[in-house]
Parts: sequence; structure tokens; C-alpha cells
Amino acid sequence: MPIWLSNLLILTGCAAFAALLRAFLFTERSRRALNRLRRDRVGVVCAVLIALFLLAGLADCLQLHPRQSLLDYAFRNVPREAGYSAPLARVTFNERDPKPLQGRHLFGTDLLGKDVLLQTLKGCKTALIIGGLTSLIYIPVGALLGILGGYYRRWVDDIVQYLYSTLASIPGILLLVAVMMTLGKGLDRMAIALSITAWIGLCRLVRGETFRQAAKPYVEAARALGQSHTRILLFHILPNVMHLVIINAILGFSGLVLAETILSYLGVGAPVGTPSWGIMIDSARMELSREPAVWWPLSAASGALFVLVLSLNLLGDSLRRAFDPKAG
Amino acid sequence: MLNYLIRRLLYMVPILLGVMFITFALFNVVNTPRQMAYRILGPKASVQAIDNWLNNHGYVDKEGKELPTFFNTAPGKNPFDSLYFRSMKRFATFDMGRSFATDEPVMTMIRRGALPSLCITLPAFVVGLFLALSASLLLVFVRDSLIDRWGTVLCVASMSIPITVYVIYGQLVAAKIFPWFPAFGFNLEGFSTVRFIALPVVIMLISGLGADVRMYRAIFLEEVRAEYIRTAQAKGASHARVLLVHMLKNGMISVITLVVAALPFLIMGTLVLESFFGIPGLGNLMTNAIQTSDFGVIQADVYLGSLLYLFGLLATDICYAAVDPRIRLQ
Repeated sequence: MPIWLSNLLILTGCAAFAALLRAFLFTERSRRALNRLRRDRVGVVCAVLIALFLLAGLADCLQLHPRQSLLDYAFRNVPREAGYSAPLARVTFNERDPKPLQGRHLFGTDLLGKDVLLQTLKGCKTALIIGGLTSLIYIPVGALLGILGGYYRRWVDDIVQYLYSTLASIPGILLLVAVMMTLGKGLDRMAIALSITAWIGLCRLVRGETFRQAAKPYVEAARALGQSHTRILLFHILPNVMHLVIINAILGFSGLVLAETILSYLGVGAPVGTPSWGIMIDSARMELSREPAVWWPLSAASGALFVLVLSLNLLGDSLRRAFDPKAG
Repeated sequence: MLNYLIRRLLYMVPILLGVMFITFALFNVVNTPRQMAYRILGPKASVQAIDNWLNNHGYVDKEGKELPTFFNTAPGKNPFDSLYFRSMKRFATFDMGRSFATDEPVMTMIRRGALPSLCITLPAFVVGLFLALSASLLLVFVRDSLIDRWGTVLCVASMSIPITVYVIYGQLVAAKIFPWFPAFGFNLEGFSTVRFIALPVVIMLISGLGADVRMYRAIFLEEVRAEYIRTAQAKGASHARVLLVHMLKNGMISVITLVVAALPFLIMGTLVLESFFGIPGLGNLMTNAIQTSDFGVIQADVYLGSLLYLFGLLATDICYAAVDPRIRLQ
């Protein structure tokens, strides 16, 4: 695929996503919730932090040359060193024979002499791909099945319930590992494997809420006016369960990022050479056992991961409070 | 009650069949036996070696022909003599076959690993439950205060750290501060076991505490808003009494069901922790199996894990029905 096409596709995807989000936020209920969120300082700070992570990931997705992304371009003046060097050090990390470095590195350099800050920022892209791709698969599936089961009940609901209770019976991490083992390594495969376990929670949630919504008078009124089931589902019930989907997607994103680190540790995650936080954390086992320990790649990766996951979790909680102030 | 129990058991049958089918599909259809043989023996293995391997692991019939996946349509053959029905029979009789890596019976390996796993998970679970309940009650006691707010944030923060980071930092810090506790290894000889399990237990405890406190807090908060609490307060019961007697009793129903559902999983051990500390439990067995592509062990682990889940579900339902009579009548 030519570069301009892939860039265009990525930008169109982002625009489509933004338009979708905007369309949803246009409803009365979401606007009230957003006003409440605006007064929640923690929520706003988290949203800004997440936006920064998304921007870093996006900058690494957009390519200028076949082997240079926008992020690489921003770091073009940071030279590559011969090997490990501590944060802000002037010489390489080698006791016997330290060599002067070509530049300064805020977070030091890794085994191959790459700037750890750049690698950490590149990890955003991997996290974004895993979280985004998985969400693209599991959210439509989970929401659709949940709504169908909750609205039509009877045999449709029986099938949906059977599907998710069977999949939920297999412990999540074991199923993940088993699927990854059979499919092989790779980010796309990881997205598939994660989707298989991720849709269950969403489906349960949406099904329960649809159940509650379907019993409300507005659905009956719509039915009495002669509207079709499809129309009721799409224009009456879906907008009323959409906030649950968004909150669940945000909280789920953090779970996906965490799951990547465990899969990478177990050796069935991202392929070797991918700049992912999970792999950086995994390789830290070797680095910490060196004397003196190489601590900065682990600290940078786990720090970035922690900030992203914490922001996602707190933003999800804030959103939940904003949409449902009584729940607290 | 018996009626209810039988209904629950019958409800489980199709789910169990579904689980068996998924397990079978993952290790026989998505990955055919021949592909697995090549993964184990290497891509350059001779056809003869592959055939031998298939024969040793029960993927061929008596005449040495490869079995079909679902139905044996060859003339003169039993139509049910296929990979699928053989697997079902093996699942039903707990015959998990042999490890692909070491050729040892998988069930022996699992039986050996259960006790070391329990040594870690059981103490961590019991102490963790006690700590989480106390902490969440404390947060509910001071609800809507600054302590509650930041306590919840702290819980979320502790949930935002991956278990691998807990283990790596924990091992590093512990090895520096408490050199008496070994950072690696295990034995089962009385008191010295304590030395080996102390660090993993503490790390497991810390890594799981945040999520538990947050969950129990949510459960208790829901109870606190109930009307019977207001009644109790109105008749003049003290704040502590309302919380520790009235609310705790009702809140414990949800807590107990959660706890009962989690109990069977203790035997499965912990994936990351055990391999880090060299504890020969079931988690370690699984980690090794992943590294050596030992599908035999992974398949058994997935299947047994699901059985334990279903068992926990059943136990939860029984407990729930026992403490709340309304459930039985539904």
C-alpha cells in the first residue's frame, strides 16, 4: 500500500470516529453529562492525558517516508548510540571503557542504543492498535448481541446467553493464551484473541440495560405508533444504552493494554521487535539482573503504561458518575 | 431446594458441551494434529517421525490411518470413531493424554502442581479477603469524604499496574531489603516453606487488593443506600452498629457469592508470579507449556479451568439459594 493511501485511510478513520462520537454527544442526555464532566477536574485532566497518548500514537501511524513516521521525524536530531546509557548521561553505560555519547537522552538509551523516550512513545502506537483494533471488533459484536438478546428475548436471548456463558466459562487468560498459541504471534491476531474474551462483559451489560429500557413506556409508545422493531432498536433503544457502551469501551481499553503486557511476558504477545510496553517490561527482567541494574527502560515503559491505564480508568469512572449522578 | 439444584445442574450440561467443543476446536481444528506435530518436532521433521508422533498421541486409528475430524464416513468404519468423539470421551473420563514436551501423563503433572499453587494462593486469598473487607468497610464508614475519594483513586491506581511490574519491582525491592527471604525456589518441608512463599504471597496480596476493595466498597455502598439502613438509623442505632450489623449482614450475601466463585480458581495458581519465583505450581506448568508449545498441557489446563469455573458457579448458586430463599422460587 502506498504511503499516501495508508495515511489517508488512517485520517479518514479518525475523522469517521470523531464524527460518530460527535453524533452521539449531540443527544440531550450526553450534553448534560458532558457539562457535569467539565466540572470534574480529575476527569478533564485524564481526558487531556489520554488525548496526548492518542496523538503520540497517531503521529507514529502517519508516515512521511517508508521507514520514517511523523514521530521519527520529530526525533530526527536524536542520535543513535552504541548501547545502554543512563538518563541524561554523557558517556555510555559501560564501567570499564565509557565512551562519550553523541547526544543527551532524557530517558537514556536501550540495548541497541535507541532513545528510550522515543521507544516509549512508539509504544503508544502498539497500545493504540491493540486497543483500537480490538474495540472495533468486539464493541459492534457485543453491543449488537446484547441489544438483540435484551429486546427480542425468548430464543434469541437464549442463544446470546448460551454463547456468552459458554465463553465466560473458560477462564479469560487461559482462553487468550490458547487462542494466541493456535493463531500465532502478531498484533492483528492478538486483537482477535482479545475480542473473543472482551465482548462478553459488554454484551451482558447492554443486554441487561436493554431489558430495562424495553419495558419503559417510550418503547411501548413507539410500538403503538407503528414503528418497526429495527427502528425502535436503532433510534430509541441504542441511544439510551450508548453511554454504557462508551464507558465500557474506555474501561475495556485499559484492560486490553494490561492484557498485552501479560501476553508479551508469556511470550505469546507482540512479535519481537515491536516497540511495545509489554516487551519493554518483559526484557527488563534481564536488564535488572545486570550489575549495576539498567532500570530506565522498565521505568519509562511502566510509567507510560500506568499513566494511560490510570487515566482511562479514572475517566471511565468520571463518565459513569456524569451519566448517572445518583450512583456516586 | 433439590428441585432448584437439579435445574441448575441440567442448565450446565449444554454449557459444558460447548466448552468441550471450543477446547476441541482450538486444539484439533484450528490447529490440526499434523500442524502441532510439526510445531513440536520442528518444520524439517521427516514424514515418518510425524506419523510416529501422531500414532503415539492417539490421533490415528488402529490401522494407522489419520482420524477424520467429526464423522468417520469411510465404509465399514464406526461413524463415531473420529477425533471429536475420541476427545469427548477423553474429556469425560479426565484422560488428558500425555505432555507433548516431556511425555509424562498430564494429570500427574497437574496433581503434582496443585499443592504448591495452593500454598501461594490460599494464604494470599484469605488474608486479602480480610484486608479488603476491612478497608472497604472503612471507606464506606467515611463515605463521601476526602479519605474515601483518594482511597478509591488509590485502588484504581493499584489496579492500573500490570502484575508483571508488581513482580519485577517486588522481587527487586524484597531482595534488597529482606535478603532472608529467597527470591527464587520452593520446597515443602515444614517451616522453611514459609520463607519461600512469603514474598510471592505478599506480592499477590498487594496486586489484588485494590480491585477487591473497590468492588466490595461498591457492594456496601449500594446497601448503605437501602431503606432498612435509614430505618435502623431512625430508631437510634449507632453508626457503627448500623454498618457492622445491619449492613454487613446483607452485604455479605453478594460478597460470599463472589468469594465462593473465586475459590476453585485458587488451585490453578498464578501464571506470572509462579514462574518468576520458581514455584512448581500449575501456573508455572502453564507458563512452561506455553514456552515449549506443549498443547497437551494447555488443552488440559483450559478444560480443567472451565470445569472449575462451572463448579464455582454451581457452588455460588447453592450458597445464594441457601441464604436468600427468594432465588429458589424463580
